[in-house]
Amino acid sequence: MIEAIKGALLLTGSLFMLLAAVGLLRLPDLLTRMHATTKAAALGVILIMLAAAMHFAEVGVVARSFAIIVFILMTAPVAAHVIGRAGYFVGSRLWSGTVKDELRPNYDPLTHELKSGLETQENAKRQPRATDPD
Amino acid sequence: MTGAIWNLLLGLAWVLLSGDFTGLNLLVGMVFGYIALVLIEPQVSALKGYPARIPRIIRFLGFFLKELVQANLRVAFDIVTPPWHMQPGVIAMPLSARTEMEITMVANLISLTPGTLSLDVSDDRKVLYIHAMFLDDEEELRRNLKEMEHRALELFR
Repeated sequence: MIEAIKGALLLTGSLFMLLAAVGLLRLPDLLTRMHATTKAAALGVILIMLAAAMHFAEVGVVARSFAIIVFILMTAPVAAHVIGRAGYFVGSRLWSGTVKDELRPNYDPLTHELKSGLETQENAKRQPRATDPD
Repeated sequence: MTGAIWNLLLGLAWVLLSGDFTGLNLLVGMVFGYIALVLIEPQVSALKGYPARIPRIIRFLGFFLKELVQANLRVAFDIVTPPWHMQPGVIAMPLSARTEMEITMVANLISLTPGTLSLDVSDDRKVLYIHAMFLDDEEELRRNLKEMEHRALELFR
């Protein structure tokens, strides 16, 4: 029973990693590629680490595999965000099938100012609070 | 925060007194410590809100794992089938998170679920720009993102 669960975890984990690799090759633009690589690969690593923890079932190994899972969960989204953001602002083309882009009209490439589009109505309505950060 | 420290101290005391220095026994001690803290919560104001936090964290983890697997399968399906079903796009999501820490957590959680990638925060920190892979049902997506943000904020407030 345990063997079967471990095998299933390992197989699905490596399947997700394979999917991440296929996605990296097939997807049309930078941002959609970031989707495939970071998330599918992170899920793959998590499943494989769970299988390793179950296989060895020692405190040291279990603690280390959970530490790996936590660090993957902490670093993967930050890396994806930074790469995606840099690529977007440097000007990498979005795929032709992209349906909408609400960021472009709010961004000023000269001053690097990014508006929220809420300035006009929202600021008038909202009262400033003492707890507000600047 | 004080609650978590007391919980850990009670767990350590349990380990010392029972003389069984293993990780499993520490876990048992933490569980008993948690029960003790739940019992004395009404009397000690410093513990206010700590006991309610643990079930909330567990529920959030369950919700998040469900979202993670579901969305991963959807992206995986689109990758392996030859025609593209996706309709990617960048949407602006108004944030209810206010401090830097909260915005960081919400943006990271959104980046972690497949199909959404947080791109940038507007200069006045009111709007998070998100690249989404499936915009065929935008209302549904916005509702999901809002729910995720709401649940995440519950954990920190």
